[in-house]
Amino acid sequence: MDKSMLKYIGKRLLISTVTLFVIILVLFLMLKLMPGTPFNDEKLSDSQKALLMAKYGLDKPVLVQFFNYLKNMLTGDFGVSYVINKNMEISKLVGSAMVISFKLGIAATILGAIVGILLGVVAALNKNSWLDSLATGVSVLGVSIPSFVFALILVYFLGAKWHILPTQYNSSNSFVSSIMPVIALSMSVIANVARFTRTEMIQVLNSDYMTLAKSKGLDKRTLIMKHGLRNSLVPVITILGPIMVNIMTGTMVVENICGVPGLGKLLIQSIQQNDYNVTLACSFLYAFMYVIIVLVIDVSYGIIDPRIRLGKDE
Amino acid sequence: MNKYEYQFAPDSFELVGDKVDISKDVVAPVVPFWLDVWRRFRKNKGAVIGITVIVLIILMSIFMPILSSYKFDAIDSASANIKPNAQHWFGTDNFGRDLWVRTWTGTRVSLIVSFAAVVIDIVVGMTYGMISGYFGGMVDTIMQRIQEILNSIPTLVILTLLMTVLEPSLFTIIFALMFTEWIGMSRITRAQVLKIKEDEFVLASRTAGASEVFYIFKELRTNIYSQLIVMAMMTIPNAIFYEAYLSFVGLGLTVPNASLGVLINDGFNYFLSYPYMVAIPVVVLALLMLSFNLFGDGLRDALDPTMKEM
Repeated sequence: MDKSMLKYIGKRLLISTVTLFVIILVLFLMLKLMPGTPFNDEKLSDSQKALLMAKYGLDKPVLVQFFNYLKNMLTGDFGVSYVINKNMEISKLVGSAMVISFKLGIAATILGAIVGILLGVVAALNKNSWLDSLATGVSVLGVSIPSFVFALILVYFLGAKWHILPTQYNSSNSFVSSIMPVIALSMSVIANVARFTRTEMIQVLNSDYMTLAKSKGLDKRTLIMKHGLRNSLVPVITILGPIMVNIMTGTMVVENICGVPGLGKLLIQSIQQNDYNVTLACSFLYAFMYVIIVLVIDVSYGIIDPRIRLGKDE
Repeated sequence: MNKYEYQFAPDSFELVGDKVDISKDVVAPVVPFWLDVWRRFRKNKGAVIGITVIVLIILMSIFMPILSSYKFDAIDSASANIKPNAQHWFGTDNFGRDLWVRTWTGTRVSLIVSFAAVVIDIVVGMTYGMISGYFGGMVDTIMQRIQEILNSIPTLVILTLLMTVLEPSLFTIIFALMFTEWIGMSRITRAQVLKIKEDEFVLASRTAGASEVFYIFKELRTNIYSQLIVMAMMTIPNAIFYEAYLSFVGLGLTVPNASLGVLINDGFNYFLSYPYMVAIPVVVLALLMLSFNLFGDGLRDALDPTMKEM
């Protein structure tokens, strides 16, 4: 690994760390700015209150409190839930939810990528035919219509009307009940990937090396699979970022519609029930995952395409 | 006679005609930029449909609440949960409120929120980008880092956190939306300012003692507005979606107020028994987002044909 690569990774790491720090700072300030103290019970005497404050470290200077908070957040200690599950540790509450959301997200990405690539390749190979228009139509719809609309349509028709799939998520039968949310979430992935693959593929098909490969007499399958597809898929990594954002945004509402007990549902539930600690924990986790994903994508793209990091140094 | 020489037979050639047809090159008439854009735009079917739908929906949202005899928040418990019919074109909700009026009032609110948010985004983004690009150096570095950090927090997290602290109202929603979408605008502006700064005209006007700020601003305005318009058209559907999300989560406007998000949230509660309650606002929302995307795409291609296929 050469020096510029290390420098690039270092820079990205630094920015991500600062971002996380800022997020935690904001969360901490929000905790402090909320009106009242956690101990508003009028039965408590002043000395009891002071004792409680001391117990939770709230009597220390704000800076010390902040570093305690920082330490807690980073070690996964988010405090306890007040409403949803009284006195349950949030890390436990959030842990299982996160696993479910994560599985859904991964499944939607994989499904979307496969269908999207297929659609994009078919469209590129049949440029300006009805197949191409169909693929373009699907991608326009998928990009501009939010995933919860698809979720609603699926739940209504497949679930309530035709009784093919369960309308609500059921943890005892997680595969079957994940089908609808995964399809709904994958629509935006399909759209983005198909659009991008089509453009890239058309460019590759028109390139000189494809003409050369064709004139060497390669059969069509090798030509497309080995030369065409492989070269047009490298840049698809660049759109993984927006895709992940789309999916994360999507999960928040889609999970609620399909009744999936994931992070998005927990977040919304905590907002509606004013379980403030849980809201902060979920927001932090969302931001945390996002920062990590963006970091991984940026670094891996820097490794694949050296122009990215070199461009920044010049 | 050379044996390699070829002899033409008399009928080897045929007379095509003795007029050499050289027509003059037609000089294309000078077409103003906007007419050119309009011509390209008109050819794009999707974009034309998009703008038509947008205009229709805007007109409906302006006039329908005025023309209808129902009020958007008038409760009539005698006529609750009525399916769409001649009196109530979109039916009524759980409290007997007329959904036709509520839908268009809600669309109006959603449109106002998103337009306001986008206008503020443009102002904030342009100012930020201009300051950052113009001063350069340390100021630029710091401002770019701040922007980078803000950009790496997911929009929905920013919105959620802001709205848990703020009291939900039209104003605070616009305020929250302002925080998230200006970054793209500021990037465009900064890039343009950096480009114009290198311009010889700037050096010339500085030598002549003129204010370069004025010049940069003037150049910027002419160079940037097409990009900004496209950006704005692409941002509006996002803003519409975020407003709907906030209401759906319970952080936005609440019943009896109407916005597309409120209607979707409200209708979702009776989703399985009265599907039309959620279907109507969802269709309007989806149509709006789709049309703005189609329109934005078409506008981008028309303004800058080289951007096509991107």
